[in-house]
Amino acid sequence: MKTLTLQVNGNGRQVTAEPDTPLLYVLRNDLNLKGPRFGCGLGQCGACTVIIDGKATRSCITPLSTVGGKAVTTLEGLGSTQRLHRIQKAFIDAQAAQCGYCINGMIMTAKAFLDQNPRPSEGDVRRALAGNLCRCGTHPRIVDAVMRAAQEA
Amino acid sequence: MNAPFAVTRRQFLKTGGALVVGFSFAGSIAEAMGQSMPFEPRDFKSVDAWLAIDGSGRVTVYSGHVELGTGVETALTQMVADELDVPFSVVSIIQGDTLLTPDQGPTWGSLTIQVAGLQLRKAAACAKRAMLALATKELGAASGDLEIQNGVVSGAGKHITYATLAKRRALQVPFDEKVELKKPDAFRIVGKSIARVDIPGKVTGEFTYMQDFKVRGMLHGRVVRPAAMQARLESVDDAAARKISGFVRTVVKGNFVGVVAKTEWGAIKAMEAIRCKWSNWSGLPPMDQVYATVKKTRIEQTITPMKEGDAAGALATAAKRLTATYEYPVQTHGSIGPSCSIADVRRDRALIWSASQSTHWTQRQIAKMLSMKPEQVRIIYLEGAGCYGRNGHEDATADAVVLSQAIGRPVRVQWMRQDEHGWDPKSPPYVADLEGGLDAGGNVRAWNFVTWLPYRIGGAVDVPMLAEDLVHGGAAIQTSGNMNAGTMESDAKPPYAFPNVLSTVHKLATTPFRPSWLRSPGRMQNTYANECFMDELAAAAGADPVDFRLKHLKDERGAHCIATCAKAAGWQTRPSPNKETATGDVVTGRGFTYVFYDNARTYVSAVCEVEVNRRNGLVRATRFVIGHDCGLVINPDGVRAQIEGGIIQTLSRTLIEEVKWDASRVTSLDWASYPIVTFNAVPKIEITLIDRPDQPAWGAGEPICAAVPSALANAIFDATGARMRTAPYTPDRVKAALARL
Repeated sequence: MKTLTLQVNGNGRQVTAEPDTPLLYVLRNDLNLKGPRFGCGLGQCGACTVIIDGKATRSCITPLSTVGGKAVTTLEGLGSTQRLHRIQKAFIDAQAAQCGYCINGMIMTAKAFLDQNPRPSEGDVRRALAGNLCRCGTHPRIVDAVMRAAQEA
Repeated sequence: MNAPFAVTRRQFLKTGGALVVGFSFAGSIAEAMGQSMPFEPRDFKSVDAWLAIDGSGRVTVYSGHVELGTGVETALTQMVADELDVPFSVVSIIQGDTLLTPDQGPTWGSLTIQVAGLQLRKAAACAKRAMLALATKELGAASGDLEIQNGVVSGAGKHITYATLAKRRALQVPFDEKVELKKPDAFRIVGKSIARVDIPGKVTGEFTYMQDFKVRGMLHGRVVRPAAMQARLESVDDAAARKISGFVRTVVKGNFVGVVAKTEWGAIKAMEAIRCKWSNWSGLPPMDQVYATVKKTRIEQTITPMKEGDAAGALATAAKRLTATYEYPVQTHGSIGPSCSIADVRRDRALIWSASQSTHWTQRQIAKMLSMKPEQVRIIYLEGAGCYGRNGHEDATADAVVLSQAIGRPVRVQWMRQDEHGWDPKSPPYVADLEGGLDAGGNVRAWNFVTWLPYRIGGAVDVPMLAEDLVHGGAAIQTSGNMNAGTMESDAKPPYAFPNVLSTVHKLATTPFRPSWLRSPGRMQNTYANECFMDELAAAAGADPVDFRLKHLKDERGAHCIATCAKAAGWQTRPSPNKETATGDVVTGRGFTYVFYDNARTYVSAVCEVEVNRRNGLVRATRFVIGHDCGLVINPDGVRAQIEGGIIQTLSRTLIEEVKWDASRVTSLDWASYPIVTFNAVPKIEITLIDRPDQPAWGAGEPICAAVPSALANAIFDATGARMRTAPYTPDRVKAALARL
């Protein structure tokens, strides 16, 4: 076990864990941040996505030991129901969730993408989200939500 | 820890609500299920369901049906709030808790709005009537002079709130099945696209899924799966696992091997470190012979869902005769979040949190596992990732129960991806043979349908729990006996009026994989076969596919649905295939399908447009146009979301999904080996909802799924002249079909 300090959502947070622990479990179980979700543990589905130093990253395959000193942002770091981020608001406006389990990954991937591409086409959005899986078939609404968020920026 | 058990439901309701309406769901569910559905009324336990109004005017609904991510929590709230004449915001729903809610059966079959919702409306109507009766005394006015708005009864210059009425007097009234319901023109909340109550929490991380829930003192468990589907455990070596940080214990019972650790990562590493020796087993049929194996399987029972005239005789004398065989693969539920549960098993009771879509059935199964009475087991429902049928949530629950019982602590089990893909129960392999005969005028004179499905009798047939079977030294899973794959014979009869029809269903003694229901079980596959074959007959008759269907349909409401869809799509009347576009690598086509779900409810018509690349075999659906008549629409946007999702999910199933296996076990254990469609495969979707406020509200989650495979196959035929009779329509299969032309 090792104790280290993480920069999560703008705060320094001390955690004690095995260094090979994927960041996902530390966020969920030690820091009570349940936005990022376990989907596959293989980096295939995107449900666990967080933003590390501006880049959308699969936290299920990111060992804790590689995160030290980097800025981690989770879904909670974007906003809350009381203070929604414009992307979160756009997902509500577009009613872009069914079971919602994948939505963390959709929003976090969209956030990192829009930060780099503030005026995307619909095709750009589809390509940016192509590595994120949704089983409910919410895709058209997710694309709609990201386009709304881009337009409101 | 004692609290959740010490309180009885009656005590809970005493403290929680002043007005209580009790009723039974049994009769009407059986009715809605109809003749072809699994339940016989006697199999239903008549348990009261409850609706309470407390002293602050808040309304609590106790629903045995649960939110699975489809939006029913919002829709049921709309139905109750409207019927009761209270604001939408004061109504909340407790779902699936076995202590507090009625056993309405599993949340399946698109029956929540249609059956459970109607009952809740009736309960609300009974409650309103009781409130009105109380108010006439309080206000000294005749009930005809009173009106109710937003939970306030007013008349004769006075008013009184539900909250006040509730505070003054606790009231119990019997449920009246025949209570008068609100007329459609009085709806204020029903019929509106109210935003879903769960979405804000889901987009901010504030929503608590089953996978997020924690219990004080909880440990983490994982299960080591057998090396072959029916292998026996020979030995376990956990020396390496014991060295993992946080390791607590290895639990071995019969063929069940699990591990418990203080941390989730510790449990995962220990699971991977355990070395088990398993006996060899290689009893699965080769993948390329699965449909032949199905047809050769011993038949337990044969039923004929439809028998009219003399199909064999009419076939023999038909002017033109066609035959075709349709195959649909073994598929998995593919929930994005693997199944999860927490169990706290004590000597004489068990408290469990589960995302089971059928908590009351799961309660019964777990009680049996623990040799307890059902009332010693309480299951509290927490929403998980979408399940689309009976996935692994119940099995993860049983896993957690075994581990918690063994170590005497609360244990959380979340399945790994390979557990979900490899070990959730599967949608069984499907094959159907069709024969049809046309007369000289191009009319269908004879129709003969045969399919082979896993054997099932009776209603509440449990899907056996993996853990229970393993613990008792069983061979991992049941693939014989009375199996529940979800009334797959439904829609085996065509929705058309043919003079000579025979639909035959052989019920098989065994099936390769433990079966369960997966969204639109059987109805989707049967409709695939029927509607593809209808298209083949239309082409043989040289007829336009829409005209041909209308000519054989004796259902005005269905015909209206077809015409509405065809018009919205800009359908051009001509036979298939389309000879004009047949040049170049990429060709386009359109296909039509018609569904009358369960032969009893919800009409769906679909036009699908495709692009087929004849060089590489790639199929892309570019546009779906849907006509959808599910009667009264409670929440139009909610219905649209279900239709969109059903199209995309079934498109995925039909184009690319197929469980893969070797002789011993499933080998498609992740999203690379069992992919689902992503954003680039999503077509344009246009939906026309045919709202019928004066008609009963029917289900909307499943019926659309039944339309997709045949609409797609018929469009591919229109584009290329090739028939896709085996799903998924992979590039190789498309190229092979083209090569046969």
